[in-house]
Amino acid sequence: MTGGTSGLNEMDDLYEAIILDHYRSPRNTAPVESPDIDLEVNNPFCGDEFHIQLKVEDDSVAQVGITGRGCAISQASASLLAELVEGKSSDEVHAAVAAVRRLLKGEDVTEEERDILGDLEALEGVRKFPVRIKCALLSWVGLDDALKEHQAAD
Amino acid sequence: MSNFDVDAIRADFPILSRKINGQDLVYLDNAATSQKPKQVIQALTDYYEQTNANVHRGVHTLSIEATDGYELARTKVAKFINAPRPEEVIWTRNTSESLNLVAMTWAEANIGEGDNIVITEMEHHSNIVPWQQLAAKKNAELRYLAAGKDGLLDVSNVDTIIDSRTKIVAATHMSNVLGTVNPIAMLAARVHEVGGVILVDAAQSVPHMAVDVQQLDADFLCFSAHKMLGPTGIGVLYGKYDLLDAMPPFMFGGDMILEVTYETATWNDLPYKFEAGTPNIADAIATGAAVDYLSELGMDNIWEHEQELTAYAMEQMLSLDSVRVLGPQDPALRGGVISFIHDTIHPHDLGTALDQQGIAIRTGHHCAMPLVRSFDVVAAARASFYIYNTKSEIDALVNGISETEGYFSR
Repeated sequence: MTGGTSGLNEMDDLYEAIILDHYRSPRNTAPVESPDIDLEVNNPFCGDEFHIQLKVEDDSVAQVGITGRGCAISQASASLLAELVEGKSSDEVHAAVAAVRRLLKGEDVTEEERDILGDLEALEGVRKFPVRIKCALLSWVGLDDALKEHQAAD
Repeated sequence: MSNFDVDAIRADFPILSRKINGQDLVYLDNAATSQKPKQVIQALTDYYEQTNANVHRGVHTLSIEATDGYELARTKVAKFINAPRPEEVIWTRNTSESLNLVAMTWAEANIGEGDNIVITEMEHHSNIVPWQQLAAKKNAELRYLAAGKDGLLDVSNVDTIIDSRTKIVAATHMSNVLGTVNPIAMLAARVHEVGGVILVDAAQSVPHMAVDVQQLDADFLCFSAHKMLGPTGIGVLYGKYDLLDAMPPFMFGGDMILEVTYETATWNDLPYKFEAGTPNIADAIATGAAVDYLSELGMDNIWEHEQELTAYAMEQMLSLDSVRVLGPQDPALRGGVISFIHDTIHPHDLGTALDQQGIAIRTGHHCAMPLVRSFDVVAAARASFYIYNTKSEIDALVNGISETEGYFSR
């Protein structure tokens, strides 16, 4: 018989326990009432799509709601994002997104940045699976762009 | 199937002995592209080592041999699809280019305001977008024959959808998502009644079944070599001689002209009118080798082999309660393309997990976004079979899905 579990253990870096936990129980999925930022992001290649809503007060994220459908990586990543951005200033969010991008590209991430990222370090294993990096970044890039637009409009 | 020996076939495909992530390769992404037998690879090597020269130009031996090889391949393809004349076979880059050629030449010249173009809801993007663009440009109407929830083409209203203003029906012979085999001959008969033409996207059918352009009464038929054991970068447009002859050229350049003055030019005869510039000689010759390989096996035997695999795969996959197969549930109504949804595991996670087990499937929207969405999903997994696949590979797939379930429920 071809196949077997032996191959699947190689995926443990990709599907860390934290990732699977966020995938199964995504955080901050409740809709946000009268959101300041309300956007749909999707990856037509995968068919992943997320609805991201933010309430911004005094240039920081007061409330966030993310719902959608996608693979375990994109869903867990969106949930981790939702958890991270709440209470953060726009600049802190931009810095976190930049750090996640670098983390996934295998570039240097400082100790301070690692402290900010917390559980997000679990995404580091995705970089061994390059085709899945875009799954992990989907919600991040969308939110980052929307927040920048929101700042520019203010 | 006396001459259908899968073990012997597998021995002809060097890539099948590769290990992927430490496991035997189980290649089930044939609807995307097929693997290549050593006979096809050898044809490429032989050409470049022995006969490489430009065609239709020189009087030297190599040029004559290259030209002969290039034209012999055309003749083989013509015979393969039962085209009455080899000049009706135009070499293109791929199915997409063949479809675009017709949209940009025949359709450009023959479709006007108020006319309509009829396609089906199960087309590949490459047989949707050119028609959307053309319809918008010409103020023509783009109409769809519906794909039913049963995965079959709804032809109940074919006589009203295809009407006196229908200039062309462009339909897939076999869906790359659902595996559905469409009633092309019936659509051809209907559109001919109203004076229109039919274009057949045969990318998924020509590699797997005997396709006879005369039996189908196809006006145009498009396919790619790379899905039928041939190289990438070469495809075919078949067209009825009189239609092709009346069409304006697609691209301008060397080989497609008869005479050029500083002011003007006249066009070469078929098929060269549509083959501007130095053609893809090596890949055409290798396509001839692919056609030889398939013909040797016999297209009816290939279809029978794949039908057997498809029936077995449907039975095995549906034995997993977690799996839903899109398209016709009766294996006799479909080819060896099985798109499926797992009720808890996203196609991409499944694709990664199967790859870890050496199993290559396709995941995503399969270049048919509206169709995939009509099944209330954003993506699907797809296993597709070819001559070298076996029942034990299907067992590996089903086992791989079970293993993945185990992994994600830990």
